[in-house]
Amino acid sequence: MVDATHDAHGGDGQTRREFLYLAAGAMGAVASAGVAWTLVDSMNPATDTLALSTIDVNLAPIAEGMGVVTMWQGKPVFIRHRTAAEISEAQSVKLSDLLDPLTENPKTGVRDEPATDENRVQKSPWLILIGICTHLGCIPLGNKPTDDRGEYGGYRCPCHGSQYDTSGRVRHGPAPLNLPVPPYSFTSDTAVRIG
Amino acid sequence: MAHAKTPSAFTNPLIRWVDDRLPVFSMISKEYGVFPTPRNFNYLWNFGALALFMLVMMIVTGVFLAMQYTPNADLAFASVDRITRDVNFGWLIRTLHANGSSMFFLVVYVHIFRGMYYGSYKRPRELLWLFGCVIYLLMMATAFLGYTLPWGQMSFWGATVITNFFTAIPIVGKAITTWLWGGFAVANPTLNRFFALHYLLPFIIAAVVFLHVWALHVTGSNNPLGIEPKSDKDTLPFHPYYTMKDSFGLSVFLLIYAAIVFYIPDYLGDTENYVQGNPLVTPPSIEPEWYFLPFYAILRSVPNKLLGVLLMGGAVFMLFLMPWLDTSKVRSAKFRPWYQWCFWFFVADALLLGDVGAHHPEGIWVLLGQIATIYYFGFFLILLPFLGWFEKTLPLPTSISESVLGGGKLAGAAAAKPMEKA
Repeated sequence: MVDATHDAHGGDGQTRREFLYLAAGAMGAVASAGVAWTLVDSMNPATDTLALSTIDVNLAPIAEGMGVVTMWQGKPVFIRHRTAAEISEAQSVKLSDLLDPLTENPKTGVRDEPATDENRVQKSPWLILIGICTHLGCIPLGNKPTDDRGEYGGYRCPCHGSQYDTSGRVRHGPAPLNLPVPPYSFTSDTAVRIG
Repeated sequence: MAHAKTPSAFTNPLIRWVDDRLPVFSMISKEYGVFPTPRNFNYLWNFGALALFMLVMMIVTGVFLAMQYTPNADLAFASVDRITRDVNFGWLIRTLHANGSSMFFLVVYVHIFRGMYYGSYKRPRELLWLFGCVIYLLMMATAFLGYTLPWGQMSFWGATVITNFFTAIPIVGKAITTWLWGGFAVANPTLNRFFALHYLLPFIIAAVVFLHVWALHVTGSNNPLGIEPKSDKDTLPFHPYYTMKDSFGLSVFLLIYAAIVFYIPDYLGDTENYVQGNPLVTPPSIEPEWYFLPFYAILRSVPNKLLGVLLMGGAVFMLFLMPWLDTSKVRSAKFRPWYQWCFWFFVADALLLGDVGAHHPEGIWVLLGQIATIYYFGFFLILLPFLGWFEKTLPLPTSISESVLGGGKLAGAAAAKPMEKA
């Protein structure tokens, strides 16, 4: 019987079986990957989490010299009404004095712009930053005028002593990067939409 | 006892009926009754049984805690408080569980150091050792996940710092971290999945423990002399000799465990964790539980984020490589004068790293951490391979029974006779 089958199909029997093995195996692999991806992707941010991806903030009540903290995507966002002195200080810093000379491009979000105060602030006097220390994720102090804002007058991280200036640029380690600028746009003179 | 090897030894008809169809009773008798075990174990050989006891303790207390706990970012902290104050015996179950992790790690660290000292990782026990390393890795993951659940300040910020390690991975780091969080920061989705995984992992640990014990029962136990048993004189049946010895060790261990649970239940914890987790306020200092401090110190000993994370992972990975890094044919450090010193230096080094991990990386602690990290890796990557070539080992005894019973060459067999239940 075995011989007869072989005779009936000639050499083809072997290649056909190989093809079937391969095809079935490949389909099985694709199916497994599909099932695995379903489970893996279920752990990514859900639609309702993503729906919270923009917030509107009213800037009118924030007095000069004050900062507020608001939550965006579960992260603290610092919004600071800078004084004229703080702004001129931030603008007068030379790029060569910075530990991290780059900042986000407001259009693409890619860090490829020189970290001048003009590039980090869309509209004076509002400084808007993600308030997470770039070292290990602590929340820096400095929104209240009574906080210890460090040597450069911006923010100081209580965990490992990183210091940021009035443009949120790191001036003293161990933090490696400037405080990130989130995507935002002004919807009116006193209202901003973050995200 | 020796008769129990055959099913017909069971006189009880019910036991015999079951055993003829599924030989569980024969198996128990073979593996835990008559199982030939080296007669020269010291008390360090208690710690495997103690670790198994702690695993069962953690699973049992954990299941009952889960009946009262709420894995929701808004409710978790209050539900833990309720367990402590309102649930009948909740304070006891929770304290047993919270301190149980410390006791579990303590026991496992002694167990690992014992294996390192007596060469238990060497041929033919490499796979047994690897299963042990996997268990240790799973324990670390489980402990970290469990520490997040009370959702106190240290829970929240510990979870934040640890998950931020993954951002050190180039290119995909950010996406992996977002995936782990299920959002853009540690939040409710994170707590939910951490709870699910914290409940799952102990059962995977139990499965690997089964493989660990299975492998142990194939090769047989190592012993303080590091030589294989050669005859019946070298071994004792596991029961009653080691069931008794383990029970005694367990009683002493339970005294210590109970003293901590009843008198200083918060000693090993961080008071900061009695403040509810707040994503807007970072505690002044974030440090892990004591059993992770040496690895935390290694992480912080290099200023580069990626390198720090790699070194920390590498520190655990070294244990996996141990069977192949050690080139010496002699197992027990008793007969390895050089290795003995290197080993005790390594223990001191691990303790020093623990101390470094508890301090802010400033001043002298940075230097100490770097020196201790160099020795940690040097021990595995330089000393272990090279000692095997240079070290002049002491002569090994010819057999276990001669060494422990004879006290010398002359009376080995004669002294053994009365002890043996011939």
